[in-house]
Amino acid sequence: MTEAKEPKPEFTRKVVEAGGKTVNLCFQCGTCTGSCPSGRQTAFRIRKLIRRAQLGFEEDVLPSDDLWLCTTCFTCYERCPRGVEIVDIIMALRNMAVRQGYMAESHRKVAELISKTGHLVSLRDQDKQLRGKLGLEETPPTVFADPKAQEEVVKIAALCGFDKLVAGGK
Amino acid sequence: MAKYGFFLGCIMPLRYPGIESSTRAVMESLGVELVDMKGASCCPAPGVMRSFDQMYWMAIAARNLVIAEKMGVDIVTICNGCFDTLFEVAHKLNHDEEMREKVNKILKDSTGEEYKGTVTVRHFVELLYRDVGVEAIKAKVKGEKQLKAAVHYGCHFLKPSNVKKIDDAERPHVFDDLVEAAGMVSVPYKDKGMCCGAGGGVRARTPDVSLAMTKENLTNMTNAGVEVIVDCCPFCHLQYDVSQPQLKEFNIPVLHLSQLLGLAFGLEKEKLGLECHQVKVNL
Repeated sequence: MTEAKEPKPEFTRKVVEAGGKTVNLCFQCGTCTGSCPSGRQTAFRIRKLIRRAQLGFEEDVLPSDDLWLCTTCFTCYERCPRGVEIVDIIMALRNMAVRQGYMAESHRKVAELISKTGHLVSLRDQDKQLRGKLGLEETPPTVFADPKAQEEVVKIAALCGFDKLVAGGK
Repeated sequence: MAKYGFFLGCIMPLRYPGIESSTRAVMESLGVELVDMKGASCCPAPGVMRSFDQMYWMAIAARNLVIAEKMGVDIVTICNGCFDTLFEVAHKLNHDEEMREKVNKILKDSTGEEYKGTVTVRHFVELLYRDVGVEAIKAKVKGEKQLKAAVHYGCHFLKPSNVKKIDDAERPHVFDDLVEAAGMVSVPYKDKGMCCGAGGGVRARTPDVSLAMTKENLTNMTNAGVEVIVDCCPFCHLQYDVSQPQLKEFNIPVLHLSQLLGLAFGLEKEKLGLECHQVKVNL
């Protein structure tokens, strides 16, 4: 016999406060799972993830790889008959997971790049050459061409604690 | 014709600059003036960066919005991701005073500026459809190149539709109409509205899952006999272009709408940057 787990409403409340305010509206119809392009390729079931968040099963949700299989395509969000803002719930859960240190190395690299440079893609010599050939400025007129602008972006990362968030973690 | 702040983002200027040169040339020929938003950064990406920290996501986006506000122009972007972030953050800040105060505090302490809510964010597909119009585009098209096109809307151009309010998210037509105005035939294919597979940090974290989604789309497009994929987002563009050599079994050229319009308008081919595509474009 398996024992039924006790719901933990305090975690559900945290999810609501973090932006998942519609989480309790879900009545488990499964329209989301039936619409999910990621679920077609994997065992990821968005309906189950929402149920676990609803019941407050923090330890099943935050460390889970499933949480990161959503492409944020919004198909389930559009089709949900209860108006559950599923992508907003995913975002709230992912933010909580990252704060607890659950962040993939590949994601940490991307986050570090933007936090330090303001772009999530680098400017290589070959990009400059191609831009020049096309008649564009070799360095795009963005933070890459403006050290003061880049300083501002780095400062925002520090004010939000984003630089530390990216540096820490498991 | 109106003047817009051209928001560049990351993937277009740094990986597919041909989309940038095409957009500049096409918009000029349609009488839309684009001005650079100097010092703008990553939008930041709505799937991956919003997943990490929503306050940082909003603060960086607000800084970008303020650049346009100070220039006194609205923003246009050719990327679904940039569109989603800038549109959504503007919407949130316009409707949530508490959030706006928090974000403005961060902006004041970093840039000395604040977000006022005077800027409108446009996606170029929607701008072309609503402001320029299908007829004006038809009038520019030279020659008759009837190719069978798979139109890929991507996710964040139309969705969430309750705030974007551009077209029906399940059965849209605005992008197809523009592609047909350029002399192509928009071919129906199975699961046409499906995600390319790149978004939400999935491409970076689980590339095999991302590739499996792309493969399903490419299979559906192949079964419909398409000759070209037309996208309106550099990230979908990259996903389709880079994945095909990896998957080995597909060879469908990928064009961003700006490049397709460039070809249809008879603009210099050298300005379209097609040679940096992984899948050769011989159209």
